[in-house]
Amino acid sequence: MRTPLTVRIFDSMPSAGWVALAIFALVAWVGVPLAHLMLPESSPFYVSGYVVTLMGKILCYCVVAVAMDLIWGYAGILSLGHGLFFALGGYAFGMYLMRQIGRDGSYQSDLPDFMVFLDWKELPWFWAGTDSLLWCLLLVVAVPGLLAFVFGFFAFRSRIKGVYFSIITQALVYAAMLLFFRNETGFGGNNGFTDFKRILGHDITSPEMRVTLFALSATLLMSVLILGRYLVTSKFGRVLAAIRDAESRVMFIGYQPLNYKLFVWTLSAVLCGLAGALYVPQVGIINPSEMTPANSIEIAIWVAVGGRGTLIGPVVGAAIVNLAKSFFTVTFPEYWLFFLGFLFIGVTLFLPQGVVGLFRRLRGKVAEKSFAGPAEGAVAADESAPADADDAPRGAKGATA
Amino acid sequence: MNAAVTDTERENWEGEATTSRLMRPGELDLSHKVILYVEDITVSFDGFRALNALSLAIDAGELRCIIGPNGAGKTTMMDVITGKTRPDSGKAFFGQTIDLTRMSEPEIAHAGIGRKFQKPTVFENHTVFENLELAMKTDKRVWRSLFAQLASDERDRVAETLRQIRLEHEADRVAGLLSHGQKQWLEIGMLLMQDPRLLLLDEPVAGMTDDETERTAELFVSLAGKHSLVVVEHDMAFVEALGGLVTVLHEGSVLAEGDLATVQNDPRVIEVYLGR
Repeated sequence: MRTPLTVRIFDSMPSAGWVALAIFALVAWVGVPLAHLMLPESSPFYVSGYVVTLMGKILCYCVVAVAMDLIWGYAGILSLGHGLFFALGGYAFGMYLMRQIGRDGSYQSDLPDFMVFLDWKELPWFWAGTDSLLWCLLLVVAVPGLLAFVFGFFAFRSRIKGVYFSIITQALVYAAMLLFFRNETGFGGNNGFTDFKRILGHDITSPEMRVTLFALSATLLMSVLILGRYLVTSKFGRVLAAIRDAESRVMFIGYQPLNYKLFVWTLSAVLCGLAGALYVPQVGIINPSEMTPANSIEIAIWVAVGGRGTLIGPVVGAAIVNLAKSFFTVTFPEYWLFFLGFLFIGVTLFLPQGVVGLFRRLRGKVAEKSFAGPAEGAVAADESAPADADDAPRGAKGATA
Repeated sequence: MNAAVTDTERENWEGEATTSRLMRPGELDLSHKVILYVEDITVSFDGFRALNALSLAIDAGELRCIIGPNGAGKTTMMDVITGKTRPDSGKAFFGQTIDLTRMSEPEIAHAGIGRKFQKPTVFENHTVFENLELAMKTDKRVWRSLFAQLASDERDRVAETLRQIRLEHEADRVAGLLSHGQKQWLEIGMLLMQDPRLLLLDEPVAGMTDDETERTAELFVSLAGKHSLVVVEHDMAFVEALGGLVTVLHEGSVLAEGDLATVQNDPRVIEVYLGR
């Protein structure tokens, strides 16, 4: 008797999770669009264009954080180069946006402005087909995916692990940044792509487009959370966590860790690419600064702040850090990096399981009081296994029933 | 008692062997009742002969104990059988046809030889049930794991193994919280889930209480027949409880073989253990 996949996906998340997702969907698909499009600016519930775009941007970051959690929290692979996949997705979609400008650029040419400026007469070969939205969406998935697959294959086959892997990913993103800074690479050099005009012929700055992009970002985040939740509660997720904890033992019982790591690594890169593609039209620019190593490190900080290996934690972490960033960079711009540094140190020292870990510990303490001390196992398990302590496996429940 | 078990089991092995006479290459051939056949194995490390022309044969369904002083080559012997160490010379066959000296560790594991190392390594963040589920013999490729769900017979197998290793009440507990002895059992259980034909157990009762040791002996005796077991152990009470043939290793080769009483009264064995 096999359970259909849809039912298993539904079962992989506790009902509270579905309720939260439903509320979130209602707000993102109905609440915010109505508040932005229908209400007068004087209304206290009016949501300004700035806020919609800021939230849309943060939602894209949240997707990256969840993608990072899949590999770092569950497979124990710390990438310090995930900004690369995000930027590649952004660039791939940016190519489409550049072609959509058409002859409305400063030079009234069919070519993007930066090419005219470089005195190029025709599009480079890799720009072929970029006037098609479908082709660019394919590139958004395929370019980060292929790069991650090839890089991951060689890195994992050579059994590069831990800090060595992190350093190599850092070097990779740095090398890519230098490459994209060159004008000859064909992606606008240090200015990157900007001055976007439209998507599918619709004005990119219109309020309708703004809420559409925002709602799409929210949809992507929800899909990634559901997918992630299914993955980590499946047998695949259990093998992944086993690889994280004792890789040689996993090999010894007949699994090939290379394939498992490669799958989740490539998936993570593709998700980052999708987030980047939604990010670029909302912020209106993509340039090589997205590939600075510091940006990629910040992604790891979001995940650490929220709580590794929890999926929802990184969403919380990305939101907290980026809201704080928006606040600080406007109010005290010179102190932002200090704040970020202290936040990271503070979380590492006092909240090793992040904000979600703190929340769980508090909830555990409350439960302890009300039940006069449940099994000491619950507390100890929380400390040794934050990732899966709450995710009581369905399989195990069934077996003892 | 043990001999009786092996006799009835041998008939089973034989029956199986005749039906699968036309076997695929690499399939276990037990037509001569021998599951493991080691001949003239020599392994040297920088001139030191860890194994010196070691020869040994284990029958299908047998429960064999290997004893010997430190440095006698017990662990090296297991390393050779599981492919971790390549012998300098000699042969090692699993059944009649499978040449172990040409295979990698995972290949040997897939062929049906399971090994329990001295130090128990279980997945500490997974529950006992999940540890067994992961170890279960099944298609272990990524795509299968993505959509895998336990069939009822697989669930039964896990439940059966949980009973065998006496952890049925700990199924939902995180393995890291088990006692040392329970972890040893869990690892034995993980070995059983892989359904190996031959189990190699390196000091399985190290760190167990007397009570746990006794129960482990019962478990092994009940496994013999269905599986073949090779147990390396120092604990003589445990060896006695197992009751099978005992092989004494000394300086890399077999010094004596027989039941425990015979071996213990062998003057050469006494000399090796007590010194000259």
